[in-house]
Amino acid sequence: MDISDERHDPDELLASIIQEEAKSKRGKLKIFFGMCAGVGKTYTMLQTAHAEKLKGSEIIIGYVETHNRKETAELVEGFELIPRKTYDYKSTPVQEMDLDAIIYRKPQIVLVDELAHTNAPGSRHTKRYQDVQEILDNGINVYTTLNVQHLESRSETVAQITGIVVRETLPDEIFENADEVEVVDLTPDELLVRLSEGKVYNPERSREAIENFFRKGNITALREMSLRIVADRVDKQLHDYMQHKRIRGPWKSGFHLLVAIDYSQQSTRSLRWAKNLSYSMGSNIQAVYIETGHQLTPKEREQLDKNINLAKHLGIKFRIITNFDIVKAIVDFANKENVTHIIIGKPRVRNMLTMFSWGNFVNRLIRFSGNIDVYILGSDSQSKDNYKEKFSVPSFTSNLTQYFIISLFVAFTSLVSYLAKDFVGYQVVSFVLLFVVSILALFYGTGPILLAATLSALIWNYFFIPPQFTFHIEKPEDVLMLIMFFIIALLNGILTSRVRRQENKIRIREERTHALYQLTRELTLATGIDDVSKIAVRTILKYFNLECAIILKNERNLLDNQIQNESKIQLSENELSTVEWVFKHSSKAGKYTDTLPSTDYTFYPLTGNTDNIGVIAVKHKIIFTQGENEFWEAFLSQISGKYEREFLRNTARKAFVLNESDKLYKTLFNSISHELRIPVATIMGASDTLLSQSYPEETKIKLYSEINTASVRLNRLIENLLNMSRLESGRITPRLDWCDVHDLANKVTDNLKQELLPFKLFTVIPVDMPLVNIDFGLIEQVLHNLILNATQHSPIGSSIRLKLFYDNGFFTIQVMDRGAGFPESELSSVFNKFYRGKDAKAGGTGLGLSIVKGFVEAHQGKVTAGNRQNGGALFTVKIPVKISDINQFSKQFD
Amino acid sequence: MTNEGSILIVDDEVQIRRLLEITLSANGYKISEASTGKDGLLLAASLNPVLIILDLGLPDSDGLEILKKLREWYQKPVIILSVRNSEDDIVKALDYGANDYLTKPFRTGELLARIRVAIRQSQVIQDKPTLEFGSLSIDLANHTARKNNELIKLTSTEFSLLALLAKNEGRVLTHQYILKEVWGMGYVEQTQYLRVFIAQLRKKVEDDPAKPKLLNTESGIGYRFGS
Repeated sequence: MDISDERHDPDELLASIIQEEAKSKRGKLKIFFGMCAGVGKTYTMLQTAHAEKLKGSEIIIGYVETHNRKETAELVEGFELIPRKTYDYKSTPVQEMDLDAIIYRKPQIVLVDELAHTNAPGSRHTKRYQDVQEILDNGINVYTTLNVQHLESRSETVAQITGIVVRETLPDEIFENADEVEVVDLTPDELLVRLSEGKVYNPERSREAIENFFRKGNITALREMSLRIVADRVDKQLHDYMQHKRIRGPWKSGFHLLVAIDYSQQSTRSLRWAKNLSYSMGSNIQAVYIETGHQLTPKEREQLDKNINLAKHLGIKFRIITNFDIVKAIVDFANKENVTHIIIGKPRVRNMLTMFSWGNFVNRLIRFSGNIDVYILGSDSQSKDNYKEKFSVPSFTSNLTQYFIISLFVAFTSLVSYLAKDFVGYQVVSFVLLFVVSILALFYGTGPILLAATLSALIWNYFFIPPQFTFHIEKPEDVLMLIMFFIIALLNGILTSRVRRQENKIRIREERTHALYQLTRELTLATGIDDVSKIAVRTILKYFNLECAIILKNERNLLDNQIQNESKIQLSENELSTVEWVFKHSSKAGKYTDTLPSTDYTFYPLTGNTDNIGVIAVKHKIIFTQGENEFWEAFLSQISGKYEREFLRNTARKAFVLNESDKLYKTLFNSISHELRIPVATIMGASDTLLSQSYPEETKIKLYSEINTASVRLNRLIENLLNMSRLESGRITPRLDWCDVHDLANKVTDNLKQELLPFKLFTVIPVDMPLVNIDFGLIEQVLHNLILNATQHSPIGSSIRLKLFYDNGFFTIQVMDRGAGFPESELSSVFNKFYRGKDAKAGGTGLGLSIVKGFVEAHQGKVTAGNRQNGGALFTVKIPVKISDINQFSKQFD
Repeated sequence: MTNEGSILIVDDEVQIRRLLEITLSANGYKISEASTGKDGLLLAASLNPVLIILDLGLPDSDGLEILKKLREWYQKPVIILSVRNSEDDIVKALDYGANDYLTKPFRTGELLARIRVAIRQSQVIQDKPTLEFGSLSIDLANHTARKNNELIKLTSTEFSLLALLAKNEGRVLTHQYILKEVWGMGYVEQTQYLRVFIAQLRKKVEDDPAKPKLLNTESGIGYRFGS
């Protein structure tokens, strides 16, 4: 592999930049690293903290375990202590670090002992390192302690050396990404002295410890291991540094490892081993799992998940590839990624068949891999106890009933053939049996077919091939035929079941594609967030058979804690706080995860392109397979995307409304301020003139009348505004009373005497006009505004017509003028607020007609504007009214 | 008494008081002013003015309450001058015994006319046998009316209505008041009767029924005769 190639890899450079950026916002992690307990990690950490404190840093203790060691306890003095939080675990109180209190307190540095510690059930995270991650995310620096045996990649080696299995492990990447690692080192002799002096444990435990764990050989090995790790780390840092600064130099290696894993426990060993190898080689490492379409049993699935998680914890990049041919998939991937070493685990020998196919697998891998090295790891003697549960060979997933049915078929065919053998001859029987086996292969798996092939071969041999009723075969050609029969039956069966499996896989894929397509289509049609929720809940139930609850954020980007409709799920207080956490950190939590695994639900974040949308909670019956998981993620991303679009649309709509009301406000402001200023200016000016000098009577009267006109105008504006605000507040309810339409017309024309002087007014009211039941005041205003509007748009001397009549349940008012009318395009906006015709005389606000509309609509009526045939505007008001029979009353009282 | 003929203005707005003072003084009235309801009541009691102009929106109390208290002993005209222009407010004020109601902004000419009418009415002894309004004369004793000296045919209800309005010339009578007076307590909601009879009366007594001068409509409130 070309070394300089790797150095200029832009992806890697980018990754390092991103990492750098992320780190600068995060808190810094400093690990005090030791080979085992008792070397003085906590002590050193506290000492360092004291030194930092003297420099002025704000340091608090989040969690420190003194193990009753006197020197350590003394050092704790002088630091602020965050009180521990108590959890009830099986009615025993367990004390844990109070994560929220630390984050709330937000010091510069917090001391957190024992990074690999496992939290009590009920805590937010399973592991303390996850707590620490969260603290770091909040920009707080952390000092912590760690022993070498807790490192995931080393835990197995430690177990091999010391015989003690370490349960509390820490993903390597946490260690690798630490900003600083300080080794707390002690020679084995010094440690043993400390132990025997009782400085580590009390005397009794010390003796026990020295005999078991703290043997000199062990300590030496652990010490070497820890120093080695730190040395590797320094190397890697140098490498990173050079890469970051583009320093040309000798690169440690151009090696690139690829571990192929499967769903066996063996794979955990492969992963750890490969990780260690990559440490010492200083190489890149990746893992790959090939999904062949083989149906995994729940156990296998669980193991596969464990393997994948382990890879993640070890900081190994992981990929899943779907391909029927494992060898081809591995080799293709290796070539694409410039892999130099492929690592596979050796399966434990189960039976001849597996051995055979495995041998074939290795042969093919070696043949196809070309210049790539292939490492094959020996099987692990320690995991033999798992042998039984592992026995279920991948393909043998068919159940007992199927074996039974197969046997029945073979037996039946044999019986029929036996009866017919005298007519057809024993050789033909072999074809009949072969035919049946081939047919069966279409419906059953490899296992049953293997049985069918074997069974039919034996039956043929025993019952048909002469000499009958013995397994002995006389003729050599019959032996040949039996062998061929068996092989053909077997091949046929296996090939067919393989095709079936492939088909199955394709079918599942098709189903998923179809489901996604359906979802996308339904979501496209959805309008509004509620709709999206309904579709999401329904489709998830349909395609995943899962009940789910969706919790979305509100406008202020906070979670609403309100489950979207159509869900039967009720979440407890605790679960809702998990939801909160998931939303905030946009990573999943709950069952089958590391965070808050003690609930019944698994919570997935709904993440849009730019923002978190909400959280979806589901109650898994069984954990997802990798394929299902991918499908699920695709589903969620579709749903989140739609939600995000809906949220954006809502925001846009709100912005639009806001914008509109802003515009309205501005128009109002502009219009009103102008309309107010003009009459006020006239009044001020005229009265000022009148006050300052004495003018002839004639001038005075002119000025007086100007003041008068201005005040009338001002008054009209105020009336309009008041009416408008009444309308806007929705407080208008017409007070219906009987009204004489003549009265109405008289009143309005009388009030508008002055304005109507230059026009010819024709009022037409039918003789038999009945009384109408309306709000006199409101309709008076309507008529007033319509006539005033006509006077403002008509040429002097022209005629204005007013028609009032009753027609078929409607009281109709028509006002016609000979003005310019309206451009067709503006007809619809005539009644809008602040609409003003182009030729309007000064003095209007554009409110009059919208008040007309409002008052008419308060009567459930309609007002329309149109143009007259020979020019001019026509306003028609139609109000549904009750009428009274005028004659009846007159008779009654006359 | 020097203050015998004075008009009391109860209004908290200085500018309105000043305007009224100027206008009324120029028209020969004597003026006294109060800016609160309490002061208004005190001044009314001590001065016994010929007329009171009362604002409804007073700082210390509601004008309607003041009106109610005034009416316990004060018989002379009260004119309401207020920014409140809803029909409800006006009808209520009239029911509480106000003689007239003007909304701000108002025309001073109109106010002066109303004042004149109110004072005249309070001073006229109401047992005149005939009322004369231009070409119309109403003989209260004989229940007849003449227009241009010709007898008008009126039903008894029409005459009662005409007589009621004419006796209260210049004063707004609310629908309810008229209905109660002419038809009786059970008819106060039957405004359509009133509309019909007013329309008929107009045809009989007005010169031009389309432009009534005698039977004037006060939108949503009632009718006012003449003026």
